[in-house]
Amino acid sequence: MIAKPTIPDPLERSNPRPGAQIGKPVSRVDGRLKVTGGAKYAAEFNTPGLAHGYIVSSAIARGRILAIDTSKALALPGVFQVFTHQNRPSLPWFDRKWKDDDAPKGSPFRPLYDATIHHALQPIALVVAESFELARYAARLIHVTYEADEHQTDLHAASADAFTPGKDKGGFQPPPKPRGDADKALAEAEVSVDLDFTQAVEHHNPMEMHASTVIYHNDGTLTVHDKTQGPINTQTYVCNVFDLSKDAVRVISPFVGGAFGSGLRPQHQLFMAVLAATTLKRSVRVELSRPQMFSFGHRPEALQRVALGAKKDGTLTAVIHEAVQETSQTENYVEVVVNWSGQQYKCDNVRLDYKLARMDTHTPLDQRAPGAATGVPALEIAMDALAAKLGMDPLELRLKNYTEVDPNTGKPFSSKELRACFQQGAERFGWHKRSHAPRSMREGRQLIGWGMATGVWDAMQGQAVASARLGIDGTLTVGSATADIGPGTYTAMTQIAADILGLPIDRVSFQLGDTNLPMAPLQGGSWTVSSVGSAVKAVCDRLRDKLAGLAVGLNDGPLKGLKADDLHFADGCLIAKSDPSWRLSITEVMRANDLLVLEDEARSIPYYKSQMQHALGTHSAIFAEVRVDEDLGTVQVTRVVSAVAAGRIINPKTARSQVLGAVVWGIGMALEEETMTDQRLGRFMNHDFGEYHIPVNADVHDIDVIFVEEHDDIVNPLGAKGVGEIGIVGVPAAIANAIYHATGKRLCDLPITVDKILGA
Amino acid sequence: MSQPTGPASQGHAHKQPAPPPDLMDVTLTINGSRKTLRVAPWTSLLDALRLHLDMTGTKKGCDHGQCGACTVLVDGRRINSCLTLAVMAEGRTVTTIEGLASGDALHPLQEAFVEHDAFQCGYCTPGQICSAVGMLEEGHARTDDDIRELMSGNLCRCGAYPNIVAAIRQVMDSQAQKDGGKP
Repeated sequence: MIAKPTIPDPLERSNPRPGAQIGKPVSRVDGRLKVTGGAKYAAEFNTPGLAHGYIVSSAIARGRILAIDTSKALALPGVFQVFTHQNRPSLPWFDRKWKDDDAPKGSPFRPLYDATIHHALQPIALVVAESFELARYAARLIHVTYEADEHQTDLHAASADAFTPGKDKGGFQPPPKPRGDADKALAEAEVSVDLDFTQAVEHHNPMEMHASTVIYHNDGTLTVHDKTQGPINTQTYVCNVFDLSKDAVRVISPFVGGAFGSGLRPQHQLFMAVLAATTLKRSVRVELSRPQMFSFGHRPEALQRVALGAKKDGTLTAVIHEAVQETSQTENYVEVVVNWSGQQYKCDNVRLDYKLARMDTHTPLDQRAPGAATGVPALEIAMDALAAKLGMDPLELRLKNYTEVDPNTGKPFSSKELRACFQQGAERFGWHKRSHAPRSMREGRQLIGWGMATGVWDAMQGQAVASARLGIDGTLTVGSATADIGPGTYTAMTQIAADILGLPIDRVSFQLGDTNLPMAPLQGGSWTVSSVGSAVKAVCDRLRDKLAGLAVGLNDGPLKGLKADDLHFADGCLIAKSDPSWRLSITEVMRANDLLVLEDEARSIPYYKSQMQHALGTHSAIFAEVRVDEDLGTVQVTRVVSAVAAGRIINPKTARSQVLGAVVWGIGMALEEETMTDQRLGRFMNHDFGEYHIPVNADVHDIDVIFVEEHDDIVNPLGAKGVGEIGIVGVPAAIANAIYHATGKRLCDLPITVDKILGA
Repeated sequence: MSQPTGPASQGHAHKQPAPPPDLMDVTLTINGSRKTLRVAPWTSLLDALRLHLDMTGTKKGCDHGQCGACTVLVDGRRINSCLTLAVMAEGRTVTTIEGLASGDALHPLQEAFVEHDAFQCGYCTPGQICSAVGMLEEGHARTDDDIRELMSGNLCRCGAYPNIVAAIRQVMDSQAQKDGGKP
């Protein structure tokens, strides 16, 4: 499936050494497929007789369907069926049947379940026809009569009834109990700041729209090509909702056109496609339109307050961080927004508060660095405001309150090279040349501003299983049912396997995105290298041990009598450490033992005990330069330096790309991205790429990524923490702080659009 | 509070719907081969490629001409294939991402995209590369800022823009060298 375009460096081959692949900037092993159009995404598996589904979305935000007239659509030749809540087959009643691996507490949304409308754009009917265009046309002929109820989509109003959630979602930790008396300390502080923040709704908007192609086989089994961050999650959901056995549902999703969290939960197009395929007994594809990409989870809107108190020398004496976020009427979507503020800096008086407010929207959904991307920028903008008030360099203020232990728990960090991030980032950026006063740097009508911020994200690991199969020809196939939504999982896993068995990259292939492969958790939270990579390491270590045992046991072999530890693996050979001329190729070892293949499977389990005793995190320092047009209020982010400490970097080329991309996300968050609600209708009004602005090429200039050295034996056996999220956290703050430095305007409502700059 | 109609029913809902249109023959040259298709006139060039010809290298990112993922070359010019009906391409020459490599040899832009890691998920990539082919052909780009501006019709949600610029720059520079050392 995966091309192997990378020819190993001939020098590398003539000078074999262990550990030759991890840490190398290998080009993507699936690169050729992606640049030639050969990579197949969920909506690209065509089959004869494939039917096409088109979804009809609700026009109201809350209420019920009184009548739904499908007769005109059904009368068109070529329309096979229109599914609504009135003619759907029987579906499970219990919530647990609808839960997926990323579901928070509550009742998951059930498409076509009944006449109730919970949110605008809710899917209410599916037209299935012989062609996509016909299905789309027929969908417009469906006549719906609603009874609308009053809706609540205004977070400012809804926050009056905010409540404190429990531990309502996997990975969520409620804020720690207050320490000291933060309110008193704030009131008595020599210097203080107290700021309110708003964070707009954002949508993931991966370039590939959500789609599912369900291939119906004659025996009633299904092959599902779904846009998902976890094939097993998709399989489990389909089996539970449609009462099918796991043997009857195979999910194959080798390529995913971005997701950023949108594929963590099965989305309704999957339900629709399986419903139609199993009812009509034919293959069906359902693809959302771009406006319908705004009909499910999103980064929740947030209202925040951060208040900081300090002594005149910059010592923090009070930290207060309060946040209210939206959730739906039916589920408690929670994310860690405020806890970071108790972890980032040393302070004896800290009060953190996190609440939810119910609104008539779809349940929010994890979006790149969920929680941290919202909460950390608020803290980091407040730190900048405090530094300005103290007349202190913002970087110095952070160093002044630096902590080597996590103050929330008192645990030491497993590793934290944030000081190195500050130092190397500042040097690369030229931070010491900054003139501190706002509006002190300009070129003509362009105000220039320099800002900085800190980023943080958890380093996590889950259990995963990987299988490996080594052929006598020296080719290795490794697999695990994870996904590759873009980070370069195919490549990183290939490198890990090649590294351990001392094989050239082109002899190794990694398979993923298939439920016939061993179990892997959802791809999210920057934990795939940590979780699946550790499983790949575990299974390759086993093969290595087996081979070593076989090699030293060969009576007439050159390695006879040595211990397994006396060998290293390189260039497809087992080599004596004491004398590299004593060697056997893997092929020779297998042939001498009459083995055609060597296979194994291994599960990686986190080092729970040592991990429990430590705080585990990735850290970053971001430095940004903006140019603000004084007359027009336009902002250009001309330079960003992001220095990241994320443990061992498996592939500096693809890891750099992840951080680059995340900085671009940070630019979008700071300046552009905002899903706006028309409160009269309770409906998102800018639901397409024309009106929902993501950064384009011209918005992005120099971005410099530094990976600082960081050694960590606790996070996982690879010492690699993952870099999917860390790159975005803090970036909006660095940009907002740079805008303050350029203009003297402290703007706390993201995104910072032209109107806010001119209006402030 | 009741609301008698929804957008799904606006306009023509009360009239008899028009029947689906009759199919038409379209003949065009795609990546050097002449193809005749029988498609409804409402079929976009993009859907004709993806669904009728099973050429899924050209991507659908919005179907509204807002993202550039569907960029192909028609008679050498880059266009959004989602905003072009297949019947409008009658007699034209279409080049898609599948037609850029010659055999095993990748197009220089394809090579450069791999080398510079100018993509992550890969979904916008065929459109980016076709667009870059068209942009270089147009000959207006001189600087990195020109590339950024002229490539801004192609969105990349993974944010690979700096690497996309680097890849295009490399190919532009090597072409310029071949053409006689013009900057």
